[in-house]
Amino acid sequence: MNVKTPIYLDYSATTPVDPRVAERMCTYLTPQGQFGNPASRSHVFGWQADEAVEEARRNVAALVNADPREIIWTSGATESDNLAIKGAAHFYKKNGKHIVTVKTEHKAVLDSCRQLEREGYEVTYLEPESSGLLDLEKFKQALRDDTVLVSVMHVNNEIGVIQDIEAIGELCRERKIIFHVDAAQSAGKVPIDLQALKVDLMSFSAHKIYGPKGIGVLYVRRKPRVRLEAQMHGGGHERGLRSGTLATHQIVGMGEAFRLAREEMVADNQRILALRNRLVDGFNDIEEVYINGDLDHRVAGNLNISFNYVEGESLIMALKDLAVSSGSACTSSSLEPSYVLRALGRNDELAHSSIRFTIGRFTTEEEIDYTIDLVKSKIGKLRDLSPLWDMYKDGIDLDSVQWAAH
Amino acid sequence: MNLYLDYNASTPLDVRVLDAMTECLSGMAGNPSSTHQFGRAARARLDTAREQVAALVGAHASQVIFTSGGTEANNLALHAVTRGRQPGRLAISSIEHPSVLEPARALAAQGWQLDLIRIDDQCRVTSEALIETLCQDTRLVSVMTANNETGVIQDITGLAEKARSVGAVFHNDAIQAAGKMALDFESSGVQLMTLSAHKIYGPKGVGALIVDKTLELAPLIVGGGQERGFRAGTENVAGIVGFGVAAELAKTQLAERAAHTRRCRERLETGLARHPEINVFARDAERLPNTVQLAIAGIDGETLLMQLDRVGIAVSSGSACSSGKTEPSHVLMAMGVDAELARGAIRISLGRDTTESDIKLLLAALGQQVNWIQKASQAAGW
Repeated sequence: MNVKTPIYLDYSATTPVDPRVAERMCTYLTPQGQFGNPASRSHVFGWQADEAVEEARRNVAALVNADPREIIWTSGATESDNLAIKGAAHFYKKNGKHIVTVKTEHKAVLDSCRQLEREGYEVTYLEPESSGLLDLEKFKQALRDDTVLVSVMHVNNEIGVIQDIEAIGELCRERKIIFHVDAAQSAGKVPIDLQALKVDLMSFSAHKIYGPKGIGVLYVRRKPRVRLEAQMHGGGHERGLRSGTLATHQIVGMGEAFRLAREEMVADNQRILALRNRLVDGFNDIEEVYINGDLDHRVAGNLNISFNYVEGESLIMALKDLAVSSGSACTSSSLEPSYVLRALGRNDELAHSSIRFTIGRFTTEEEIDYTIDLVKSKIGKLRDLSPLWDMYKDGIDLDSVQWAAH
Repeated sequence: MNLYLDYNASTPLDVRVLDAMTECLSGMAGNPSSTHQFGRAARARLDTAREQVAALVGAHASQVIFTSGGTEANNLALHAVTRGRQPGRLAISSIEHPSVLEPARALAAQGWQLDLIRIDDQCRVTSEALIETLCQDTRLVSVMTANNETGVIQDITGLAEKARSVGAVFHNDAIQAAGKMALDFESSGVQLMTLSAHKIYGPKGVGALIVDKTLELAPLIVGGGQERGFRAGTENVAGIVGFGVAAELAKTQLAERAAHTRRCRERLETGLARHPEINVFARDAERLPNTVQLAIAGIDGETLLMQLDRVGIAVSSGSACSSGKTEPSHVLMAMGVDAELARGAIRISLGRDTTESDIKLLLAALGQQVNWIQKASQAAGW
């Protein structure tokens, strides 16, 4: 089989820049191109840059059916999450100091909430169901009179499950609670209609949808108007919400990535889902595999799966021909089992033996077939060496075994 | 014709920077936090860039925190040493960039006392002025190396020593100075230094804060643990790589670039001296070799900008960040310049690609404006 290894199956960590995006970006980088500072109002170099920025703003807005004036450029989804959560909590602190979020959120949301706790806010971290999805009844019960902000991610980065943000938005709006959604993993993969959704703040990233790293957006609703305390001051760019010289080429790249996503999302999803199903089917005849999270309410490209009786680190080593992740990139350098899988109620062993495969625009059928063969053979070999696997095969209930200390 | 003389606002990308960035943007660049091969390759690129940026300013690679630009780095500097602390006093020079002054004002709203350090009529922060402002409760002093409008250079080492004598942290915005003059973080006594890539022929959207690691610093953006916990968020790999290459070029070409712009500026100022109607600000101070801020008495800055723009010459009034507004420059006002004259100010900033013939064209255009003003005022019977 003619496949180049390692095979990249880590599209949720980051995506390659689409060549069409890279090409557009480069026209704003060349010395002959438009390198002006978009804030320079006094010359044509500045005006051209400003026009490019506004076109990109329209392209981003169009993918999610927002008004371009609701799009605020940031340096990425992490900054957007920080700005949304701290900015809204600080601005509306007179209305209450209680925040509701979920244990499986991205660290950018969780760490922002932790910081607010140190400032005297109270945060409820909801436990999702074993499917990874929120129980709306339990969510409703967590809301209080002094709840000022809710933050729930649209698509989880590790298990790919899609939360019902439409319903959550309704519940928040009824109670006049600000609703923030981290959509870094959903934009370009799941349709988003911000005219219809009752979402007040939404974070986006470019490098998860074939744009460049280091650029993102925070959507800030105009009607009803949502206000924020800025985290960065000086210059008054982005209507005072986010100062700093705009990186024209980065913005142009994000705009182009969103424009392409709008045109190609349906076709991309169809192809990617077929590849994901092929992967799931390929693993069907391996014993003791567990798919983490709900498979139906999930983005097309994600498959998070645990291989029981295989040790996690040796699995990653054995699969070095595959660029996959065991948890999110931001935490994959630590040996802790994934906090997301733990929150679903997975035990340490299963959490440790999990692999996240994420498929994207440039994944081929050959790569999937190679992956299936490789995983099958490696799992077989690792289990042949595993005493736990032998015991399991001998019918011993491992949970009842008393391990001797040593 | 398009003649760009606004290098202090932004610089064109060096072609070698572009090549390095293009390479990062094509093919599969991983997330530097991923442990697989693609991630490790991206991480290695960041490490190289960190060395290159550190070398430009005489710092160690481990002292470099990459940010989304100079504005974020300045905000981070002020945030890092104040967050969660008992409010005290901040001594900030009155000519700082808005990305220092504005966060300082935001802190003032939270109970910190903001003391502005006065400057003299040549845009200099004297050690007397700093001493006057300092007191026991001063926690942070912030003075820029070179001013973006006038180009005036401060005695940072001397000022830092004074600041530290009262136990204050010294922050130094070196955005305009980097690449135009030699900087040495280690020997300067500075504890926090801000840099930006797009002022040194690197890309927009990348900057750095150089930090003294003995300081206890609070991050501004959290969640993910990148940049050793000081700045969360997936790193802008292509941008950082571009910054690294730009820093390396700035270091190797420092003397050459400075000498070139100095020659051009001398020619410009010799020409300007023929017109007594033209005021060059802070002329007696030590300035960056590329910067001239001037005003023609009797002509409004915006009008002058438009006139120059009509003949294809791009300059700016004050800093680009505030050029949407028509208020007189806060820098000139702090120098005690008459508000009417300050409203006439334009900034000319030269760069690597400026030629002697560009200077001739500029001088001709400015001379025409002076003549026009004289004729107009004679016709009006002034």
